[in-house]
Amino acid sequence: MAKLKISDLAKIKDRVHQDTSLREGGAQVKITVHMGTCGIASGARTILNTVMDALGETERTDIIVTTSGCAGLCSHEPMLTLERLGEEPIKYAKLDEAKARQIFMRHALEGEVQTDWALAKGTE
Amino acid sequence: MKRFRMHMLICGGTGCQAAGSVEFKEALEAELKKQDASDEVAVVETGCNGFCAMGPVLVTYPEGIFYVGLTDKDVPELVEEHVLKGRPVERLFYKEPSAKELIPEMNDIPFFAHQELIALRNRGVLDAESIDEYIARDGYQALAQALTQMTPEEIVDEVKKSDLRGRGGGGFPTGLKWEFCQKAPGEQKFVLCNADEGDPGAFMDRSILEADPHSVVEGMTIAAKAIGSSVGYVYCRAEYPLAVYRLQLAIDQAKEYGLLGTNILDTGFDFDLHIYQGAGAFVCGEETALMRSIEGKRGMPRPRPPFPAQAGLWNKPTILNNVETWANIPQIISKGGDWYASIGTEDSKGTKVFALTGHIHNIGLVEVPMGTTIRSIIYDIGGGIPKKHRKFKAVQLGGPSGGCIPEEYLDTPCEYDAIVKAGAIMGSGGMIVMDDSTCMVDMARFFMDFVQDESCGKCTPCREGTRRMLQILEKICDGKGEVSDIETLEELSATIQEASLCGLGQTGPNPVLSTLRYFKEEYEAHVIDKKCPARTCVALLDFVVNEEACTKCGVCFRACPVDAISWKKKEPAFIHLDKCIQCKTCIDKCKFDAID
Repeated sequence: MAKLKISDLAKIKDRVHQDTSLREGGAQVKITVHMGTCGIASGARTILNTVMDALGETERTDIIVTTSGCAGLCSHEPMLTLERLGEEPIKYAKLDEAKARQIFMRHALEGEVQTDWALAKGTE
Repeated sequence: MKRFRMHMLICGGTGCQAAGSVEFKEALEAELKKQDASDEVAVVETGCNGFCAMGPVLVTYPEGIFYVGLTDKDVPELVEEHVLKGRPVERLFYKEPSAKELIPEMNDIPFFAHQELIALRNRGVLDAESIDEYIARDGYQALAQALTQMTPEEIVDEVKKSDLRGRGGGGFPTGLKWEFCQKAPGEQKFVLCNADEGDPGAFMDRSILEADPHSVVEGMTIAAKAIGSSVGYVYCRAEYPLAVYRLQLAIDQAKEYGLLGTNILDTGFDFDLHIYQGAGAFVCGEETALMRSIEGKRGMPRPRPPFPAQAGLWNKPTILNNVETWANIPQIISKGGDWYASIGTEDSKGTKVFALTGHIHNIGLVEVPMGTTIRSIIYDIGGGIPKKHRKFKAVQLGGPSGGCIPEEYLDTPCEYDAIVKAGAIMGSGGMIVMDDSTCMVDMARFFMDFVQDESCGKCTPCREGTRRMLQILEKICDGKGEVSDIETLEELSATIQEASLCGLGQTGPNPVLSTLRYFKEEYEAHVIDKKCPARTCVALLDFVVNEEACTKCGVCFRACPVDAISWKKKEPAFIHLDKCIQCKTCIDKCKFDAID
């Protein structure tokens, strides 16, 4: 990678927006698994693996799975945030494998929000 | 062709398999065979249908009945009732959630609504391992601005205008510190980050490094330009492997992009950043000890002056700030010092991150504007005390260097001076909430044990004094305390505070002093009445049921791991002391404080 100049910062910003934004990148769903120490300690890796496995079983290429740090509410980990194109992101808390799998199958694929385990919608 | 009268579709997805669908299917097939129904009923394994959390899941046709949460124990009943007699087993039905509750907006949830994010603004939003995502959130824009449009003096002025005070605990004005270092003569200067977070119950620095490491890299590079430094170190404890890993990744990515190293952003400015992993000594969070440790010597403090701004690492002018302070810098530069100073109160500007833990509902990281009351943090954001029969007792602020704040001072605003007045310190932001099952003497003993253990041993007041104080506190908790011990504790505290070399010793007696200030009667109960009011200190407990307070509920009887309690309905419990191992399980379980 070549060294950046100041004008490159804006270019990266635009490119990343295209890559990660649901609107322009062609992705329909973005799943963020929160992987701080607290998340990992309470099983976030299993959640991530479950989501990746479930994704692997589908043919979908328009679902992005990514990781991020602690969302702040350590006692409710593991958590994930699921955003479908044009809808508000939903944060799910206190997950386990089965819940994560169901959230993937029902919410990511079918669009049914799994109200029982949803913590909140929107962003901070 | 054979026709089946009934189809039973078992979900064979990974989720349901993990929940036991394979065993269920085997049991079902065996049972059908036993009942001679194998020819009539087709058992089919399907792909995942999405109700993974309720697995194993079974759908029967032609009725289309949806069964959830099955185990092989349900098989005989299911076959007998549903398959043979045609009576669906209602208890295994899927129940539609009665009324669909509305999911609250993030900002309707008090935990999030009362927070204002500056240092934590990227938490949970970006991929901490991707520099591109940080740049997409306007990362490194402040650095570009500082390198191209600002003189070193203007950078320092902006930080001074923000009135940012050090977030590591001392609360020293950051801009002033930078100005001293900027003006100090010297070719080589250093920029350091203190990530040696060691207070029990504090985890905000770790979380920032894990969630947003580039904000620290950017903040330090801006400071390097301000004071004219070309090398920086982040001193991080090795117990934070994920933080170290992500920070190293961030540094490597920044170097690859030319945001660290030589000729940063093609502006001719050079700055390189290294991580130095500490072995976890608490004293290495003290600035002079931290610098000695980076120099490769044993981490011990030295007297000040000279202050690090004049003679710090390798005797060169050095600035040292804490992780949270650094994370604030990029936004102060890009949005302006005035913007930052507009948040908070007259005495304390901006926001503060607290690590909320202990007896509290929402354990987590909280960033609030300065001036928010402690009550609001504990009750509005933290959700209060989780156990319904327990009451709030005190909150320990500032870890082992801080003090406790009781109920009557809960309306103290989060400001450096106001908190000191209430008998604690802002510290780095550890907030340990305690309910009335906490013994304050025992709490003071815990922190004194920590300080005594972490004392580096260089100066006598701290080395010997904290040891002596710990011995006295242990004696009191053991039920062997005398009235004069309380006075001795007060005397020792005063001497240690006065005569210790560094902050560790100077603040070490604080937990004892603040508990003596607010909970002296508890000390007196220990030494005079030989009672522990919070029922924590084992040596002061009799393990006898108070028959008046006992509600005869039998909870203790069921909880006792060694069957030392006898109980019958409508009779008070009785503890057989010859069998009792004094584990306190009964005392923890009793909601009525009926065991003394």
